[in-house]
Order: sequence, then structure tokens, then C-alpha cells
Amino acid sequence: MTPRLSVKDLYVTFRTAVGKVHAVRGVSFDVDKGETLAIVGESGSGKSVTAKAILGILSGNASLESGEIIYDGMNLAKLHERKMCRLRGDRIAMVFQDPMSSLNPIVKVGRQITEAMILKNKLSPREAKARALKLMEEVGIPDPIRRFGQYPFEFSGGMRQRIVIAIALAADPDVLICDEPTTALDVSVQAQILELIERLKRERNLSVIFITHDLGVVANVADRVAVMYAGKMVEVGSAEDIFYRAAHPYTWALLSSMPDLDTQDALEAIPGTPPNMLDPPKGDAFAPRNRFAMQIDYEREPPMFKISETHSAATWLLHPKAPHVPVPATIAARIERMKNKRDGESHKPE
Amino acid sequence: MEKKDILLRVEHLSKYFGGRKNEFRAVDDVSFYIERGEVFGLVGESGCGKTTVGRTVIGLYPPTSGEIYLDGELIAAGTRSYLEKIKSAKEKCRQELAGATTNEERTHLKAEFERILRENRTAIKEAEQRARKSGDITSRIQMIFQDPSASLDPRMTVREIIAEGLVIRGGCRKEEIERRVLEMLELVGLLPEHASRYPHEFSGGQRQRIGIARAVIMSPELIIADEPVSALDVSVQAQVINLLDDLRRRFGMAVLFVAHDLSVVKYFSDRIGVMYFGKIVECAPSDELFKNPLHPYTRSLLSAIPLPDPIYERGRKRIIYEGAADSDSSEPPLMREVREGHFVMCTESEFEKYREGVR
Repeated sequence: MTPRLSVKDLYVTFRTAVGKVHAVRGVSFDVDKGETLAIVGESGSGKSVTAKAILGILSGNASLESGEIIYDGMNLAKLHERKMCRLRGDRIAMVFQDPMSSLNPIVKVGRQITEAMILKNKLSPREAKARALKLMEEVGIPDPIRRFGQYPFEFSGGMRQRIVIAIALAADPDVLICDEPTTALDVSVQAQILELIERLKRERNLSVIFITHDLGVVANVADRVAVMYAGKMVEVGSAEDIFYRAAHPYTWALLSSMPDLDTQDALEAIPGTPPNMLDPPKGDAFAPRNRFAMQIDYEREPPMFKISETHSAATWLLHPKAPHVPVPATIAARIERMKNKRDGESHKPE
Repeated sequence: MEKKDILLRVEHLSKYFGGRKNEFRAVDDVSFYIERGEVFGLVGESGCGKTTVGRTVIGLYPPTSGEIYLDGELIAAGTRSYLEKIKSAKEKCRQELAGATTNEERTHLKAEFERILRENRTAIKEAEQRARKSGDITSRIQMIFQDPSASLDPRMTVREIIAEGLVIRGGCRKEEIERRVLEMLELVGLLPEHASRYPHEFSGGQRQRIGIARAVIMSPELIIADEPVSALDVSVQAQVINLLDDLRRRFGMAVLFVAHDLSVVKYFSDRIGVMYFGKIVECAPSDELFKNPLHPYTRSLLSAIPLPDPIYERGRKRIIYEGAADSDSSEPPLMREVREGHFVMCTESEFEKYREGVR
């Protein structure tokens, strides 16, 4: 089966006053039908830039140096803007982080949802309204008829994000890109939105690219996970691969810097800061912050080592000649603890 | 039980916004205390009033009613409750006067009313004086804000930002201030040469460190941290939390930690108060709260926390809280102590049930 969307060796740079910023440096991944791929990484790791490159909405000073984005037999990287415009929002849609700034504050939500249907699908306003009401119901907005004529400020954060999702789904897309859709929301609202995205994915057989830095959220939504650092993918695998069998020191660092409900000791913060992308370091970009860095990490860039059919990581630690480094104790302990917790709960009589 | 060294005591605090007609009860009759050197976490969804509590404690908002004590000294009080007392006394006096028959009774009633009036007027006067004097206490309470880029003046150097509190308080020589600023920079993990730079030259995590240095330089007894890490990346979050934890241990500062990320709150706080629509519905030591959540809202909140385990996440059952389940009962719920140190807002019948449950 060919994947629905595949990105091959994507390279994006930005021209700035101080020089060329190498934001994305050779990223490749596939997304299948009905699959959620989560892209994780710190801010500045290039995850949002990757998403914007797919949609062709990079800012003016950006340039797509090389690489292919294959969707439905077309290379989006080379596609003419007029054709791209037909795909954008129609076949590939995006949900942005802040529902406050991605809605127009002075236009009623009903019109914002129907806008694309009338423009692109050439529906009559009446048909569009009927469809919008159905969509609003589908994304869980109570009393859609009344809500249709309201302005964004009359909605709570969670409801606004539902509107944004409704707009994204208006044209019935195949691929939904969610750029930190729940970062601005509370836990309980976040859980609702995640459940909504999961349900829509199942019902509509969507391919979802989910960008976030919250590993708890990743564990919730992802089928597969790609970890990005300094514009590169450092580890790719199924959710189980990443959470139970992580192999890259950066993934370890991310996992152990996050407190869970049983963390007692000091958090293992990642020392230092991400590299300056004006002049990306030679070798493994994570090496200066990596406890396990070896001489070779500073000199040569590690290739992707294949660990299993689904799992690969770019670290010299996986080289046959490298010393064996076990998974850090914090992560091993957490996996064990969570296993006990799961077993404990499944044995509960309820 | 050992005697508690209570630093901050908040009693029946209410803060209402808006006019009489569309009054919004952001904080409604909230009471809690913070011991010296303790971290008290306040959690709840956005709009539940947790930020308003923090801002009222430091004096950014005057309270509508209720009292706030720092170290046993009244630092802020609202006047609404006193005004209401006068009003009801007046009403009562008028009714009883109409029913009174002898002159003796009348003078007695009037005297009683005068007494209530006098008492409450003094209280109001005191509260108003407090409001004017509140500048004195701000150096004992400091605040760290959520958004490190919005809370630092872009046109001031880091040195000016950190020193500002000391300069305003006065009584410090220039060299002394400079020495303290450099000391603070080192303490929060920045370099001396950063002092002459501007906030835009720093990353989010570094900016939050500047915000922390600005608060800690005043050697406060209480720090109010309003979502200090929500705007930061995971890896930087851990750095900032570790820094805060280290500083508060070193200087014995108490922290009022307002946040919505429950894993972080659990990790950082000694005790946690859960807020829902302006009220604290449950308050307990953090381990106890996570082990035995009693209030249905707390349970629903805890069940929504995403954990870094895909198999667990797939089987997760979220509990949905549909508002007060006991709304049909006429009895207003009260804060009741179910177990030592564990308070829940509940009615009498729920209280019995909870007590059975924790036993």
C-alpha cells in the first residue's frame, strides 16, 4: 500500500538578516490512511516548519531547498500555486495552536465554517449552512442553530478549538495537520479535543499529523511517533517503540525531563540549549547536551540505524562497535511502574 | 499535632468583578493557609479563579470581602461583608423597633445597633487604610508571571529589571545593588555579562529565569508563581521547576503555585487546593489528594491527565463531571475535614459517604 502522504528528504531554510537559518535538514516520513503520526520536539526543532512546508504556507523568506512531498501522485513541493490552492484546506487541512488567533473575531462562526464550502465546493448558502450545522454537531457543539450566528468571543477555548476543527473538516480532507491543537487548553478540555480528533480520524479514515511537545498527549493520540531535533528526525517508531524501547539519547532526555504523577526526585532537565540553526553543528546536533556523547558524535553525523521493522534511530550508540548503554533508570522505572498500574487497574473488580 | 507556622492565611476571600447587575463571582468564599516554606498548589480549569486568588493575595486586586493575613498581620480585607452586616442590622433594628413597646426596649435596641455600626465602620476604615499601605508588603510577597516575554519591560536591561525592586524600596547603595544583581544572575544560572542585555535577546526559559531573579532578589517570604512553566518547552520546564525548587529550599520561601498541569503541580507542591467555579472544592496534601480524590470534580480532573504510556492511554476511562450532582438538595455544601488535613466541599450525607470510603 502506498502511503497517503510521504515526505522525502525535505530541506527548508530561512533567509534572515544574520544569515541562512537551516530550519529543516532532510526530514523524511510517511503517513498512512487512518494513521496518526505525532511529531515531537522542542520549539525550534523544525516541526511546525515541516507542517507548513506540506501545506505550502511557509513565510516569504523561506525557501524549500530540496526534497519531495508526495501526495496523490503529485509532488507538492513543485506544484504550481494555483493547483496547490485547490488542495490546501480541501484535501489537506490544518488546525492551529491558538483558537483565539486563528478565528476572525469580527465574523460570525457560521460564516467562517461555510466560507470554504461556498468558495471551493460551490455550494449554495443554504446547502452550506445545513452542512455546517451537521459539522458543528459532529464536533460536539451543543445547540448548533443558535451557535451558528455567534461570534468567536462568545465561545470558550475548547469550543473555539472545536469550531477550528469544524472549519478544517468543512471540505472533507484526507489529511489533517494539527499544530499543537491543545497546548492552550486545560487538561479536561484537552482530553475532550483529543477524543474528538481520535473519533473523527476513525470515522473519516483521516491521516493525522499531530505536532506537539507534550509526551502525555503523544501517548494518547499517536500510532507512530517521530522525534525531531535541530531540524532532523532522530528517532521514528510506533508509539510502543518510542515509549517502551526508546533508543536515542534525546528521546530519553525528553522522556525523563517530564514529571509524572509518581516522580519524587529532582527532574532530569536537559542541560544547555538547542544549537544555533544559523550554523548547524557538524556531527550529531544533540552531542553537546548528551550525557552519552562519544568522540564520533562530534565528528560525523549518525545515519538512521534500523532497530526493528517499525523502529529506527539516528545515534552512534546503535553502531555495532559502540558500547552498550542501557535505558536510563528513570525511564525503566516508569515503564515498570506504569505496567504495574495497568495490571492493578485491569484486576480491579469494577 | 505539631503547631503549624502559618505564613499566609486567607479567610472567606471573595472577589467579584463587574457592576451590581452583571456581577461575576471570580472567587467566592475561599479560605486556605500556607505554612512557612511550603508549596501550595492551586489547580483548576481556566476561568475557575485561581489566578484571581494569586493576584488578590499580592494586592493587584482589592478583595470584595474576606481577609488576608501575612504572618498574623492583616494585609488586605474586603468591605462587602461589613457593609452587609450594617445593612442587615439596620433592617433588623427597624423591624424590632416597630414591635417594641417600652422606651427602655427602644433605647436598648438603638444602642445595640450603634454598637454594630461602630464595629463594622472601624473594620471598614481599617480595611481601607490597609489598601493604602499595601505597598509595604509587596516586597515580602513577590510574583512570577506566566508569560516571560510579556512580563519583562522590553526597553529595560536585565540589570535594571532585576534591580528595580531594590531601587524602589530604597535603602540600598548602588554598589550593594550591583553586587546583589550579579549574585542573583548567578543563582538562576545566567552569566554576569547578561546583565547589560535586553529581554528580547534571551530564550523563553532564560527570560523566565530573569523573572525569577527579579522576584527572589527582594528575599520574599512568599512567592506567587502564576503558571510559571506553562509557556515553556518540556525540557526547559524541567530546568525552571528544578531552579524554583532549589531556591525555595535554600531560602525557605513559601510558594503559591498556580498551574493547570497536574503532573507538574503534583511534583512541586506539598499541598494542593482544587478550584472549581470560584470555590476550593477539595484541599489536601498532594499525595493524599492523588491517592484518594473524593470530590467528583477532582476525580474528573485527575482522570483527564495524559500519562506517557501508550497502552495505558488507550484504555483510559475519563470521568466526566456534570456540575454538582447534589443540586437538588437544599443544604449548601460546606468544607468538611474527611481525614486529617483532607478537606472536601460536601453536604452532610456526602460527608458520611466519603468518611466510609477513606476508612
